[in-house]
Amino acid sequence: MTTKQTDVLIVGAGPAGLASAIELKRQGIARVTVVDREPEAGGMPRLCHHTGFGLWDFHRVYTGPRYARRYVQLAQDAGVEIRTATTITGWESKQALTTTSPQGTGVIAARAIMLATGVRERPRAARLTPGYRPRGIFTTGSLQRFVDEQKLPVGKRAVIVGAEGVSLSAFMTLTGAGLNVAAFVTDLPRDQMYFPYAPGKWWLVDLLHHTPIRTSTRIQRILGRFRVEGVEVVNAAGEKEAIPCDTVVFTGDWIPEYEVARSGGLLIDSGTLGPQIDGQFRTSLPGVFAAGNLLHGAETAATSAMEGRFAAGHIADFLQGRAWPQRRLPLLTESPIAWVFPNSISAGDEPSQLKRVSFRVDRFVNDATVQVRQGKKTLHTQHFNHLLPNETMRLSGRWLAQVDLNGDPPVITLK
Amino acid sequence: MQNTYDIAIIGGGAVGTAIARELSRYRLSTVLVEAKSDVGMGTTKANTAIWHTGFDAKTGTLEAKLLRRSYALMEKYAPQAGIPTERLGGLLVAWNVDQVQNLPALRDRAHANGVTDVRIITTDEVYKLEPNLNAGAMGGLFVPGESLLCPFTLPIAFATDAVLNDVALRLNFPVQSIVQEDGAMLVQGPHGQSLRTRYLINAAGLYSDVIDHMFGHDDFTVTPRRGELIVYDKFARSLINHVILPVPTAITKGVLISPTVYGNILLGPTAEDLEDKTNTATSEAGLQMLLEKGRAILPQLMQEEVTATYAGLRAATEHKDYQIRLHADQRYVCVGGIRSTGVSAAMGIAEYVGELLTEAGLTLTPKPEFKTMRMPNIGEAGLRPYQQPELIAQNPDYGRVICHCEKVTLGEILDAIHSPVPARTLDGLRRRTRAMQGRCQGFNCQANIVAILARETKQDPNFLLALEAKNDH
Repeated sequence: MTTKQTDVLIVGAGPAGLASAIELKRQGIARVTVVDREPEAGGMPRLCHHTGFGLWDFHRVYTGPRYARRYVQLAQDAGVEIRTATTITGWESKQALTTTSPQGTGVIAARAIMLATGVRERPRAARLTPGYRPRGIFTTGSLQRFVDEQKLPVGKRAVIVGAEGVSLSAFMTLTGAGLNVAAFVTDLPRDQMYFPYAPGKWWLVDLLHHTPIRTSTRIQRILGRFRVEGVEVVNAAGEKEAIPCDTVVFTGDWIPEYEVARSGGLLIDSGTLGPQIDGQFRTSLPGVFAAGNLLHGAETAATSAMEGRFAAGHIADFLQGRAWPQRRLPLLTESPIAWVFPNSISAGDEPSQLKRVSFRVDRFVNDATVQVRQGKKTLHTQHFNHLLPNETMRLSGRWLAQVDLNGDPPVITLK
Repeated sequence: MQNTYDIAIIGGGAVGTAIARELSRYRLSTVLVEAKSDVGMGTTKANTAIWHTGFDAKTGTLEAKLLRRSYALMEKYAPQAGIPTERLGGLLVAWNVDQVQNLPALRDRAHANGVTDVRIITTDEVYKLEPNLNAGAMGGLFVPGESLLCPFTLPIAFATDAVLNDVALRLNFPVQSIVQEDGAMLVQGPHGQSLRTRYLINAAGLYSDVIDHMFGHDDFTVTPRRGELIVYDKFARSLINHVILPVPTAITKGVLISPTVYGNILLGPTAEDLEDKTNTATSEAGLQMLLEKGRAILPQLMQEEVTATYAGLRAATEHKDYQIRLHADQRYVCVGGIRSTGVSAAMGIAEYVGELLTEAGLTLTPKPEFKTMRMPNIGEAGLRPYQQPELIAQNPDYGRVICHCEKVTLGEILDAIHSPVPARTLDGLRRRTRAMQGRCQGFNCQANIVAILARETKQDPNFLLALEAKNDH
């Protein structure tokens, strides 16, 4: 058992964690340690072997793995200590985490801890899809590990569950591995696939146009015992159809990797299922911050990196003596608003950090008015022509300054 | 002519492997024949993973007697063999007057079965033991001995002991016919596989009636009774402290909510009689029914994530007791109709089968030495390799976590692949290590594990992934 002392311990070496570490070093924090359970740093972009990364943060286009390497390089150059193949196994105290790595077990104590553990997609079992449990069922992430990381065979003909951005990523991975995509299946009334990736690959656009998209349709059953043989789908009219395939990819439906957060007893937001966070990326536990997709389901790598950078500024302020707020108030939501971010408000949040609040909805709504109420008082109303699921919407944050921190939690709802 | 075994055991489930282990203590040549690619693949692996006291078995039955005997044997064996167990105790919760009225009879039956520590408790005590239960409980029955065990490790521990003591293990050998030949039996499978034996023990579980027919008997019919279950995330584990059991009444049979030795919570099972002995699919109706019942018992459970769903088939028959019979003239023992208590009763059944064989004229001479091996611990209650710095110092692979959700290390995966009863499939590896059975269901580690298994066992990944030749798993 080894014990190590550091200034800031960051859990997760993806874009949020690394960008935060780099910024902390830039602001003069002496000891910044990033741990990651994977043998290689870089996070999820390492698995995304397509382009579309880096435009916002590096002003050029990278593939996922090259983007990840660039961040790792910058962190190393900045003097960040990166420990890979290191798993967090628990909390030794509120300021120290226990670890396991090939070097043994240990404790890392820190003046501040930042969680940037990311998200994953809900697997088939968690979606309660009935049927046998044959081989050939993936999420986009596990598919990418099969195809790009381990170069393993996948199958011949796939059905993709979901029809949003990440579904397109699965589509590109599948077609790249030589599979034929039989159909997209989504329970939403329309798809949300645009083509931001791979400019020049017009054959992919053409292929996408020829791939059926079953909207307002859900998977009722997985067919096949040893290997997937098909999926049984049912549409809104109750019509059933069996689509033959040997591979099913469940995409989207994000769930934060909250194991470290929850085992530390952090308050969890019921909408995002990630740690409850205020405008300065502070969790409910003093000295513990969080950033990136752990907080809100998958945003782009650039968004995660940006949050990491912002969080770093607040961590630095905390290390220099800024007091932890005594009082915070959660922000609540009602369907169709699925979650807001940040999802709590603390005394002392500066108005500059509260310019806007992000939110997501769980279905399509046209001509919608979002309102914020606290008790009987309406703090804010804002009109939207379209509210789209699976996309982050922005609400002005001017009303945040008017919240009475001694009142009831504000509720964000549809008027 | 090929060698003739003294004894052939058909079926590598909990019961068959326990019998193989029991007989491996004697100077006999024994073979264990299993239709699938691994031991413990049928009813043994897909059940509620409860270590039953037999408190509610019908008094006077062989089942009640053998469950009781087995409980004592397991108390000694499980810790030695490294089979994860947790002695939590069971709590039958009564939710209506009918159920309350049933409690005294259940207590009396438990006492008659020799489970004398069972007692009726008040509503206050129920909520003291289980504060998160839904409102409306009206009393309960506390069964201190009702416990958890690992149904994955159990048959592998039995089979490992058997193999270490020279029992031959023949996997992928579904028995198709049994022919009398020169005073012995010729047991035949597909692709010209065959073996000769003097005695035969039928522990074929769901197929025990089929084997029994081969000997000309028509004593029972196995009806597969499907039980679907939902496994909840480890963060649900702290919601309960005991096995929460339903009070059986004439009209309804409820579901149980139980912790598992892996630190999850289990909700189930359904009970549905089927025709198809291979139908282990889950169904929309079954899962919905479980959610409803679960919500009524432990509402907070519904806020947690589901980690897995599965279904198993119990070997139910038209009889209310085990169908264990010696046919001395045929040198044949039928061990059928073990219903849903095989894992708990296996050691008692094995001992009883030994007695029946003596009765049939077989001499059981103990070997001078009995080899045994401790199974790697996969239970939450014991230490796992990732928690042991001394182990990691000896071999860094025990600090290399491959399956993040279940904290399974490379060292454990390699051990499972290179053990006396080795893992050859992804499912075999899962049952030996817990790898891929956590909340991400292999999102992170499955590809890596397929690559490791393919490399270490020199198998084609196409085969492991069932893209080629049908692979049973």
